[in-house]
Amino acid sequence: MFYREAGDFKTSYREDSQTFPIKFDRLRYYAVLVVAFGIVPLFINDYWANAVAVPFLIYAIAAIGLNILVGYAGQVSLGTGGFMAVGAYAVYKLMTAFPDVNIFFHVIIAGFITAAVGVIFGLPSLRIKGFYLAVATLAAQFFLVWLFNKVPWFYNYSASGQINAPERTVFGVFVTGAQTSAMAKYMFCLVMLTLVALVARNLTRGTVGRKWMAIRDMDIAAEIIGVNPLTTKLSAFAVSSFFIGIAGALFFAVYLGAAEVGEAFGIQKSFLILFMVIIGGLGSIFGSFAGAAFLVLLPVFLKNVLVGTLGWPTDLAAHIELMIVGGLIVAFLIAEPHGLAQLWRVAKEKLRLWPFPH
Amino acid sequence: MPDIVLYAAEVTLNGLMAGVLYALVALGFVLIFKASGIFNYAQGVLALFAALTLVGIQKGQVPFAHLINAMTGNHYTNFPWEVPAIVAILLAAAVMVVLAIIIEKVVLKHLVNQAPIILFMATIGMAYFLEGFGDVMWGSDIKTLDVGLPQGINETIDTVTFNMFGYGFFIDNLDIVAAIVAVLLVSALTVFSQYSKQGRALRAVADDHQAALSVGISLRFIWILVWSIAGFVALVAGIMWGSKSGVQFSLSLIALKALPVLMLGGFTSIPGAIVGGLIIGVGEKLFELLIGAPFLGGATENWFAYVLALVFLVFRPQGLFGEKIIERV
Repeated sequence: MFYREAGDFKTSYREDSQTFPIKFDRLRYYAVLVVAFGIVPLFINDYWANAVAVPFLIYAIAAIGLNILVGYAGQVSLGTGGFMAVGAYAVYKLMTAFPDVNIFFHVIIAGFITAAVGVIFGLPSLRIKGFYLAVATLAAQFFLVWLFNKVPWFYNYSASGQINAPERTVFGVFVTGAQTSAMAKYMFCLVMLTLVALVARNLTRGTVGRKWMAIRDMDIAAEIIGVNPLTTKLSAFAVSSFFIGIAGALFFAVYLGAAEVGEAFGIQKSFLILFMVIIGGLGSIFGSFAGAAFLVLLPVFLKNVLVGTLGWPTDLAAHIELMIVGGLIVAFLIAEPHGLAQLWRVAKEKLRLWPFPH
Repeated sequence: MPDIVLYAAEVTLNGLMAGVLYALVALGFVLIFKASGIFNYAQGVLALFAALTLVGIQKGQVPFAHLINAMTGNHYTNFPWEVPAIVAILLAAAVMVVLAIIIEKVVLKHLVNQAPIILFMATIGMAYFLEGFGDVMWGSDIKTLDVGLPQGINETIDTVTFNMFGYGFFIDNLDIVAAIVAVLLVSALTVFSQYSKQGRALRAVADDHQAALSVGISLRFIWILVWSIAGFVALVAGIMWGSKSGVQFSLSLIALKALPVLMLGGFTSIPGAIVGGLIIGVGEKLFELLIGAPFLGGATENWFAYVLALVFLVFRPQGLFGEKIIERV
C-alpha cells in the first residue's frame, strides 16, 4: 500500500536518480520539511527548544558526521568530543576576532578548520586499523581538550578559562547570546542540519561515498581495484570532522552560550555520539537522526518519570538512569545490532505489502 | 650527583610503580581480548564495582539502601556487623564470579558472531549499567578502602638513599606491595594457563575458536572462566587503586589509562601489558618532570600516553609484542 514503486514512471535520467525515487517517500520528505520549518517554529517554547529540539538538531549533525567516518568509511573514532571542541573554539575565536562577519560564515569556517585538524589526526589511519585506531583517536580527544585548557590564547585570556558566545544576529534576529528566542535557535540549527543532511546524503550516494564503502568493506581489495586509500580515508576524516566541527560550533554558540572544554566536550560526549550512530544504524543518514532523537529523548523521559512522577531523589534517579541507558543499549544491540535504521527498513518492507501480505 | 638526575631517578622509580598498576588493569583487557576477541571497555568499571562491593561487604552496608529508603521511607544504612578483610575479599571475588556468569548468560551468549564494534559497544553499555548499578547498590559517596595494606613512605628506602646520595627517595609502601602482588598475579596466571587443564583449554580458545570447539572445548565455559579471572584481576586492581586514592567514580577512568598501555604492548600479549605499563608509567612521569611542567604548563599526563602510543604505532602497527598482522584479500 505504501512505498510502492508501481505507477511511479520515470521519464528522464534526472528523475531516475533523484534522492527519493519512490513517490510516497518523496511526499513524506516534503511533509517533514513543512512540519519542521512551518509548524514547529510556531509552537516552540524555551523548554522544548532547550531540552529537546536544539540538542536533537545539533547531535543529529554530529551523528551524521561521525556516521560518515564510522558507518560509511569504517574508521572507528573516539575523538568526536575533541573535534567538537575544535569547532567551538574556532567559532569563538572567529566571532571575537571578526565581529562584522555574519555568524553563518563563522560556523562554516569553523567546520573547515575542524576538517583540517581532523585530517591531521586521520593520518595515522593509513597505518593503524580497527581498535588500535579507535584508541589512537583518543589521543586527539585528550590532547585537544588539554590544549584548549592550557593555552590562554584560545579562550582570549579570560580569567575563568571559559568561553562565552557574544551576541550575533542573522537578518537582524539574535541567534546567539542571552536575548535569543527559542524560535531563532531552533531555526538556525534546523537550517544547518538540513544543509548538512543534504550534502551528506548526496556525498554518500556518489563516487566519494562508494569509495568510502569500498574501503570499509575491505581496504586491501578496494586498493587493488583502484581506490586510493590515502585520499579516501583522509576525505572521510575531513568531511566527518567538517560536520562535527559545525555541530561543536552550534553546540557552544547557540545551545550552551558559555562552555568549559573538559565539561562540554569530554570523552563522554564522544561515547554519546558513537552510541547515537550505533543505535541509529551504521551507514545510514536516517539512522543518525533516529539515534540522536532516541538518546536525546530517553534521559528527558526517564527524568520526568523518575523525579517528576515517582518523586525519587535526583542523585538516585541519575544512577538509575545510567543503569537503564546502559541496559537499553545492550538490549538494543542484542535485539537489533543494525540499529533503528534496520527497523525502519523492515517496517517499510512490511508497509509495502500491507494490508495484503501475499 | 646533580639534583635533576636524582629527581629523575626518583620519578622513574615512582613511574615504574604506577606502571605496575596500569599493567594490572591492562592485564584484564588482554585476558578477555585473547579468549573472546572482545575489547572490554567495562574493565575499569569492573574494578570500581569490585572495590565498591569489597568496601560495602567489609563495612556491612545494606545493599540498595538508598533505593529501598526512597521507596519505603525507611532509613536503613548499615548492618550491625563488620566483616574481616580476608572474608570480604573472598566474598567480593565470589560476587565477581557471579557477575561473570550473568554477563555471559545475559549478554555475550546473544552476541556471538557479531562484528567487533558491536561487542565493544555492548561492553560500553555494560560499563554504564554497572556504574549505575554499583552506585545504586552501595551509594556514590567516596569511600576509603582499608584491607590492612601498609601505606605511607617507605622509611628504609628513604634512609638508605639519603645516606648514599644525600637525598631521600619518596616511595610509597603501597606501591611496593602492588608491584609484588602484580608479579605474583602474573606468575599465578602463567602457571594456571601452562599447567592446568582449563588453562590449556583457554589457550586453545585464544588460538582458534573453531578448532577449540571441534576438539570438544566448551566455549561458553571458557568465557565464564575468563570473565571470572578478569573480574578477579579487576578486584586486585580495585584494591590497589582504592587503597591509594579512595573508591570513587574516577577509579573507572583508569580503564582509559590502560588503553595506550595495550596499544604499546599489543592487545594479545600478557608480557606486552606489563612492559607497556612500565613504559607508559615511566614515560609520562619523566615527560611531565622534564618537559611538561617546565615548558608546556603541566598536566601533560592526561594525553602523553596516548600520543606516545600513537606515534609508536605508526612505526609498528601491531604493538611491541602483538602478533604480526597478515592481511589477505
